[in-house]
Amino acid sequence: MAKEPHPDRDLIQGEWTERSLVEKLLEPVEKPPPRPWKVVLAVGFALTLAWLYAIFVTFVQGLGTWGINQPVAWGYDIVHFVWWIGIGHAGTLISAILVLMRQNWRDSLNRVTEAMTLFAVLCAATYPLIHMGRPQHFYWVMPYPTHMALWPQYKSPLSWDVLAIMTYLTISTLFLYLGLIPDLALLRERSTGWRRKLYGWLSLGWTGNAVHWQRYRAVYVLLAGLATPVVISVHSVVSMDFAYGLVPGWHLTVFPPFFAAGAIYSGFAMALTLIIPLRRWYRLEGVITDRHLDWMAKVTLASGLGVAYIYLLEIFIAWYSGEPAEWAQQLWRMTGPYAPYYWAMMLINVVLLQTLWFPRFRKNLTWLFLFSILANVGMWLERFVIVVISLSHDFLPGNFHLYYPTWVDWTLFLGTIGFFLFGLALFIRIFPPIAVAEMVHLFHKLRGH
Amino acid sequence: MLYGYMAYFDTPEALLSALRALKKEGYRRLEALTPNPVEGIEEVLGGDGRIPWVAFFLGVLGAGLGLFLQVYTTLDYPHNAGGKPLLGWPAFIPVTFELTILTITVGIFLYLLYINGLPLAAHPAVRAPRYVEVLLDRYGVFLYATDPRFDPEATRALLQALGAEVEEVRRD
Repeated sequence: MAKEPHPDRDLIQGEWTERSLVEKLLEPVEKPPPRPWKVVLAVGFALTLAWLYAIFVTFVQGLGTWGINQPVAWGYDIVHFVWWIGIGHAGTLISAILVLMRQNWRDSLNRVTEAMTLFAVLCAATYPLIHMGRPQHFYWVMPYPTHMALWPQYKSPLSWDVLAIMTYLTISTLFLYLGLIPDLALLRERSTGWRRKLYGWLSLGWTGNAVHWQRYRAVYVLLAGLATPVVISVHSVVSMDFAYGLVPGWHLTVFPPFFAAGAIYSGFAMALTLIIPLRRWYRLEGVITDRHLDWMAKVTLASGLGVAYIYLLEIFIAWYSGEPAEWAQQLWRMTGPYAPYYWAMMLINVVLLQTLWFPRFRKNLTWLFLFSILANVGMWLERFVIVVISLSHDFLPGNFHLYYPTWVDWTLFLGTIGFFLFGLALFIRIFPPIAVAEMVHLFHKLRGH
Repeated sequence: MLYGYMAYFDTPEALLSALRALKKEGYRRLEALTPNPVEGIEEVLGGDGRIPWVAFFLGVLGAGLGLFLQVYTTLDYPHNAGGKPLLGWPAFIPVTFELTILTITVGIFLYLLYINGLPLAAHPAVRAPRYVEVLLDRYGVFLYATDPRFDPEATRALLQALGAEVEEVRRD
């Protein structure tokens, strides 16, 4: 009896054997890199150096070098902290939630997006650290016995945040590493010299034992199930840093789902921004197909619609609550000196987003790439609206102050983008950007074994 | 010194039927080496139901630790925050949750390494000349020479009868 063709058979396109597929997927690691890789690495490295210099200036001269003031005490650093954390979320989402839902299309995407998560969370974590001004005392947020018998205040979302971010960083690193182990064993057998030593150490002596594989899958799915609620919880906790405060524009119960939707939206947008060039430069069209990009665009649309809905809800709530400070804040967003930022956010995240309903826009890679960058700008603007615009206009007119970022603020931002690109470029040179063992397994399933 | 035989099969089905045959013949010291998880291997080599239970107990431990941490530190340094009750348990949910997940994650990862005997510095099967193929597209059985049923001639003949390519693995 002839077997029904697998419904996902077009997820791997072209004529492959296991061996040629593996050769293809290991190319980024084993073959000399293409020219754009060198450009990305060089630009990333230069920006990383500028970033280190800006951190140096911050530590030596103090936070006075930043544009923060009263009442805008949470300036660019918190804007960027929330922005980066949000970007991190799509990685865990693709790897964890889609594992649980048995979505085969995740297999080509999970490695590079998990790496994206790792570096995005690292970028994010630096902002609260340097915002402290005295980073050498960061351990004060940890519970440790002191001679002053002081403990962290566990009823404060700020201390929840510390634990949420650290749990998130740990679980996404372990998840990434666990997924890498079989590929590292393969690379170990295929390389020589110091690389063989490196992969040998990192692969922990994985042999491919079938019993080990069974336990490995059980743990992998279990970790996916655990990472899923963590993703949602992390950005919800981040949103509570705001929602716990009384500042008009922050004090909303809708913040946790608002932030989670925004995180998925910006994360998928960043994943598209990275994957579209990666696929072209490394000629990966056979494994990252148009269908993959189409699905990512659909998830971007779905989460973006959640964000757009809450923008409109915010306006309604501000009006309907009859809270004067809340309504004044909403009008200040729409008509005040920051209005261009607000309307640019609305244009991108509400209006331009609607293009993704239409297959001809979703399938147009130029537009998809352009939109993915715009969506990240839009989400950056959203964080700017929440942090800076809300703080600059609180209850007392005598308090109102605008916020002017300095060159240090800008360098810290561009620097993390550089570090992100630099880290990712190095990552895909050392570790395969597509999970090889997963893909071979998928290839097997699709070919009807 | 002979470590054992490495037998290569082309499909997971061939591997499974070979494993069944070997078990029937009374071979015990053998390992299946595959490039990806093979469905149905539990029936032949035995499954492992411990992982969910270990995860559950790690979770209970983590939740207990998380709650204990917060209750203890709050009682040790009582602090009136906005008139909230001293042990306002809803405020303790996020930290308890995160610590539960953190404990399970780290614990189950270490447990996986433990039951799989990793990290492992050296494994005899890796010495098979074409070992890399079982990480790529072939399915291997490694039969230890220490198996009581092992016989250089008969075992090789049996493996070949099962459709395998057989390689000797020895320390040179």
